[in-house]
Amino acid sequence: MQEPILSIAGLSKVYSGGVKALDDVDLDIRKGEIFALLGPNGAGKTTLIGAVCGLVRPSGGVITAFGHDLKNDWRSARARIGLVPQELSTDMFETVERAVSYSRGLFGHAPDKARIHEILRSLSLYEKRSSQIRELSGGMKRRVLIAKALAHEPELLFLDEPTAGVDVELRKDMWEQISALRERGTTIILTTHYIEEAEEMADRVGIIRGGKILMVDDKASMMKRLGRTEAVLQLAEPLSELPPSIAAFPLELSADGRELCFRGGDGTGKGRQQVADLTKALIAAGIDFTGIDIRESSLEDIFVSLLTEQEEPA
Amino acid sequence: MIGFNVRGTWSIYKREVMRSLRTAFQSILSPVLTTSLYFIVFGTVIGARMEPVDGVAYGAFIIPGLLMLTLLGETTSNSSFGIYMPRFTGTIYELLSAPVGVAETLIGFVGAAATKGLILAAIILVTATFFVDYEIKYPLFAALYIMLIAASFSLFGFILGIWADGFEKLGIIPLLILTPLTFLGGTFYSIDDLPEPWNSVALANPIAFLVSGLRWTFYGTSDVPIALSLGLTLGFLAVCTAIIAFIFKTGWRLRE
Repeated sequence: MQEPILSIAGLSKVYSGGVKALDDVDLDIRKGEIFALLGPNGAGKTTLIGAVCGLVRPSGGVITAFGHDLKNDWRSARARIGLVPQELSTDMFETVERAVSYSRGLFGHAPDKARIHEILRSLSLYEKRSSQIRELSGGMKRRVLIAKALAHEPELLFLDEPTAGVDVELRKDMWEQISALRERGTTIILTTHYIEEAEEMADRVGIIRGGKILMVDDKASMMKRLGRTEAVLQLAEPLSELPPSIAAFPLELSADGRELCFRGGDGTGKGRQQVADLTKALIAAGIDFTGIDIRESSLEDIFVSLLTEQEEPA
Repeated sequence: MIGFNVRGTWSIYKREVMRSLRTAFQSILSPVLTTSLYFIVFGTVIGARMEPVDGVAYGAFIIPGLLMLTLLGETTSNSSFGIYMPRFTGTIYELLSAPVGVAETLIGFVGAAATKGLILAAIILVTATFFVDYEIKYPLFAALYIMLIAASFSLFGFILGIWADGFEKLGIIPLLILTPLTFLGGTFYSIDDLPEPWNSVALANPIAFLVSGLRWTFYGTSDVPIALSLGLTLGFLAVCTAIIAFIFKTGWRLRE
């Protein structure tokens, strides 16, 4: 098996106030993948990124990036890692080009105007290269942060809520940029509140809550394992109970017997076949229906259901 | 394994120097104007009526003190502001996540603050020639001593910028401590001329040793032995360096 590009073992972080932000986290990231770290507010996503990038001092555990122990050989590791923070933290009075060039130098790279211009062009910032950052819109400032993070050509890129607060159009644009980076071989770890974002782009998904990683899996496997088909059939006449001929299906009555709810199958579409079989069984049993709503569960449904399962009883 | 990050250091240094140039009026013209006013009032107008001090014309006598006044205030403020602003705006994330350590950070930030201090010192010395006649007895020593002072107080300012959690704290030390101590540290008079107990009180002021040391490099006369002034300055430099090394080791106010 390929050596992970980033390996986190037993990582913990307890802040001075006593808050346990990370609790014995183990995580391996594969080279070239897009990994989405999902979790509610305060789950520990930003702390995890901070611990890898040197912004947070871990309380325990070992982080290895590119085979370098971050505690002892942090220079070698950090030189190959880029970070786009959640906050729009920029030097407002600096011009776009100078700010990006500064980032390249800071990470030990020789000046390369052509490369900086290429990055600015790829992020539609070239025309704004001589503008002070304070003159840019929020979305453009976020692009500047991405440009700064790309200036030293990192092999591993952290994107902490990259599309927070940006409009739909720009979000889609950012997704394209992230996909383009992956195609160039950059490994990407992103945290997001937008499950749709993870669903669109990620190869693997990790779910974190209360500082613990609840699950890490390939997106496709997760959908297959935890996905469901949900169908609601509006009945022509209400039923008081399920007839024996359809009792084998995962069904329940709702809306005073006027609706028949099916929840079954998996993320492979098997549930759709079962719904088709159900409709045939209903017709055979003489039960008429006036409509069907059918949908496959999304990553968001899985995410919410996983978090709900993990809720401590009151 | 990657060693010292030369390009990273240069990037920090260059950006900090450019920041000073961006605010040239405030950071260079303003202190030069203030010092020129001191020369006009104390050096030319009042100084013309004063007796020479330790054989040095009064206008020339106050040059090292005025130079020290600007040097301490500007290097401390510039260095503290240089590291405080990234903390305040959040841009420090980039510095903390980059392959730069304590050496690169210090040389970059403190070097830039010290450079600005040296440029100011040079401008002030040139400005002084328009108002008073003076000659520097030990120019090489004077240059080295000014560099030492600039580096020491840039380090001190760096500590201040990390310690401060608001703009008020950032300004309080240069304005309320350094400036009064420099005024009372023999800028405008010789401490030897003070009667007891004020002479002993004045010698409790560490800035008096610095002013005296710089005056020795200018005119060969001083209130305290030059070795003591030099020792105190080097000791201050060592203490500031040790504190900064501790800050980086523990991440105090830098890393959570």
